[in-house]
Order: sequence, then structure tokens, then C-alpha cells
Amino acid sequence: MAAVLIDPRRIVGRWALKSAAHVGGISLFVFELARGLGEWRDWYPPALRQARDIGYGSMFIVFITASFAGAVTILQAGYQLTAGVPIYFASGVVVSTIILELGPVLTGLILAGRVGARYAAELGTMRVTEQIDALESLGRSSVSHVLLPRVLAATLMVPILCIFSDCIAIFAGWVASKGAMDMSNHDFVYGARYFFKPFYMWYSLIKSFFFGLAIAIVPCYVGFNTSHGAEGVGRATTGAVVTSSVLILFLNALLARMLLPR
Amino acid sequence: MIALRNVHKAFGDNVVLDGVDFDVQRGETVALLGPSGVGKSVLLKHINGLIPPDEGEVEVDGMSVPHLHRKELAALRQRVGYVFQYGALFDSMTVYDNILLGITDQTCVNDVGYCAVRVIECLELVNLAPDVASKYPAELSGGMKKRVGIARAIAGQPTYLLYDEPTSGLDPVNAEIIDSLVGKLQRELGVTSVTVTHDVRGAFKVADRIALLHDGKIRALGTPEELAASDDEAVQEFLERDLEDIVKH
Repeated sequence: MAAVLIDPRRIVGRWALKSAAHVGGISLFVFELARGLGEWRDWYPPALRQARDIGYGSMFIVFITASFAGAVTILQAGYQLTAGVPIYFASGVVVSTIILELGPVLTGLILAGRVGARYAAELGTMRVTEQIDALESLGRSSVSHVLLPRVLAATLMVPILCIFSDCIAIFAGWVASKGAMDMSNHDFVYGARYFFKPFYMWYSLIKSFFFGLAIAIVPCYVGFNTSHGAEGVGRATTGAVVTSSVLILFLNALLARMLLPR
Repeated sequence: MIALRNVHKAFGDNVVLDGVDFDVQRGETVALLGPSGVGKSVLLKHINGLIPPDEGEVEVDGMSVPHLHRKELAALRQRVGYVFQYGALFDSMTVYDNILLGITDQTCVNDVGYCAVRVIECLELVNLAPDVASKYPAELSGGMKKRVGIARAIAGQPTYLLYDEPTSGLDPVNAEIIDSLVGKLQRELGVTSVTVTHDVRGAFKVADRIALLHDGKIRALGTPEELAASDDEAVQEFLERDLEDIVKH
């Protein structure tokens, strides 16, 4: 009996079947979302409300995260610069590191926790309390009333919050450079401009757009398919945050490989 | 008319419906009785397409519900009001907005005044004061939630009303109010109703016909008097607790 329970072929088989079911499920889910885009009268007003909630609501946590990231990055850059390396290199490191990597990834991970958990919990609760069934029983589409507003709001707001995060982190880096490194304004601006390329902004925006999709679609899919009451909602929320966070890290590596010139 | 023909439904190994045949004529109220967990709510959800059958046919007004396209199904659901067991009210919305979602005719989209009047009308039909409209579901008692659920279901002026355990979890006074309401809506709105319940007393009070769901099949179907006179062992076993009282009354 025990041998059957830990048979690796069964474990791998079950995992593969479950994964394939989720891939199929998410594909159908995305197809339904695309089909619902035409019902803009239903999704437009709640999407604006969701976007406002996500945008304003996430600014503080993004501000805090970006501030510390920017300050720590320039302090570490300053610490690692050896004698003979111009000091303005530190601001160059901050600008490129923040815009290319830390801004989008940290914002993505923070929002996966904040927004993803909220979406999964809201939709999971709506599912187990039959609110989604109730909506559909009224002849309303749950896609255009509940899912699309959330997905569109997150996909729009994550890149905007990412730009906000980039700006705050660079500002925090500048403040830290003045306070702890004795760097002049001229050196900071010179280093920042010397290393900056307009492509960095595009790269950051493209990454955050895909992170926004991951933050929206995964938790909405998981929450929408919740079952088994309060415990199911808890499991869905945890699963949504973990899965979207891992997906962000995976997309980060994939997009770096695809978009950065070699 | 609602017609279910040889409907089968299983969830994994658990066979819930095993060849259900069931008709509801226009204008009548049918109570679907059965013990908890027998599949009454599952059967009810087949009627408005919330659950598709594994096998068999579900027809409403001659249309095959499992084969309807998305828009046709949405149009059908606007004519089939559904009252959920626990209300299933949208808890982030006020009672007004909950009922507003039930109003599906195009007039409502452009006319705020019309919507407000309709919402108040629906609240009055379920014996609730207009000031309830501004409250959130969390601020309502169990009985009020059920009545708001009914108000939302009738807001779209449906032809059919499906009640899923409308009196469960209520005290006898509130259960009586809801039972009276079911009768009142049938008389005043002329709707065809299917009421899922395990409350025998309520079923005998409101229904024109009663069906007993047993072991995945309709075990008995008839008027309350016919059911009370039935010599079927399963029917008698289910009814015997309340039957004496009902006959006395």
C-alpha cells in the first residue's frame, strides 16, 4: 500500500495532469476575457474604480519599498567602488539597476502580494458564497462585471506604479548619496545621464506590463475557481500569491533573455 | 413550461441525479421535497443552466437549456429569477445596488428615476421598507436577507421563480412570512415557481403540486392531498414527522 502511495510515476502523472488542466483552464479563461472586451458598458465603470483603488491604495507600499531599494542600492554601490573609480558611477549603477531590474521586480512582487491576494480572496469569497452564481443567474456576465475590470485595472496600473517606483527609488538614491556619500548634485546627475538609455524605460514598461498580467490573471483564475469554503479561499489566496510571484520571477528571466541585446 | 427528461448528474463517483423526469406547468407552484444532500439544489440549478446535466434534457419554454448559446442563456436567465439559499447578496453593494443588478430591461440603463421606482416597488412587494435600500447586506437580519434576495430575483419581472430553501435557517415566524410571500408573488405576478425545501409544512402550504426527490429520482409527484394519501414507504417516512399536524390543520 505504502509503495503505491509514494510511487513516483503516480506523483509525476498526477502533477502533469493537474498542470495540463490548469494550462487548459487558464487558456479558456483568457479566451473568455478577450470575448468579454466587447461588453465595455459593463466593465468600464468598475474597471475605473478598481484602477483607482489599486493605484492610490498601493502608492504608499510602493513608495516605501522603492525608497529603501534606491537608498540601499546607492550605498552599496558607493561601498563597492574602489579608489580610482569616479564617484558618479554610483548614480549610474542606481539608475540602471533600478529601472532595469529592481523597480519592476520589486513593484511586481509587492503588488502580487497586495493586489493578487485581494483579487483571489474577493473572487474566492464571491464564489463560495454563490455571489458569482447569483450574478450569472441574473443574466449578467461574471466576466465583464467581475473579472475584466480587475484584470484591466491591474494591467494598466502596474506599469504606472512601476514608473512611480523608478522615480521614487532614484530620488531616494539621490537623497542617500547626499547624506552618506558626499556626492554633489552635478556628479549624481552626470552619472545618471551618462548610463541612462531610453531603452531602459521601454524595457521597464514592457516587463511591468507582463508582470501586471501575471498579477491579474493568475489570482483571478485561482479565485474564480475556488471551492471548499473558507479553507478553500485561504488556499486560493496563498496559491495565487505564490504562483504569481514565481511567474513574475520566471517572466523576469525570460524577458531579460529575449529583450536585452547581447 | 419547465421539463426535465431523464436528467443524470454525478460529481466524481457521487451520483446525485439518476434519471430525473419532472414537469412544471405554467402558473403553478411546485415544491421539491427531499432530505438534505439529496440533490434538490443541484436539480434547481439545472433549470437556469448554472449546472449542465451529464445526460438528459432540460427545457424551459421549449428551449434546450444546456444547448443555449451564451447570449440566449443570459436572456433566458433574465426570465428565470433564482432565490439563493443564503441570499447570495453582493456584500460590497447596498441593497439598492443589489436589486438594481436584477433590473435587466434596457429602460433602466438610461433612466435613473425608473430604476429607483422599480427598486422601491420590489422592496414593497417583499414587505420591506424603502429605507432598507441604503443598507448593506451585513446590516440585515437573516429573514431580511432572504426577502432582499427575492426582491432582486423579481426585479427583472421574471416568468419563473426558483427558490432554493427559502425558509431554511429562519425562525417559524419568518418562515411563515416567506411562505406567504411565495404565495403572494404567485398571485400578484403570476409567476411559475419551483421551491426546493425540506420544510414539509411550508411545501403543503404554498405548493399546487409536490415532488419528492429520493435516491436521485423523483419518487412521488402529485397534489399535497395525493402525497399525503400516498402509501409509498419513502414518502410516508419523509412526511410522517409533520403530516399529522398538517392533516389536523
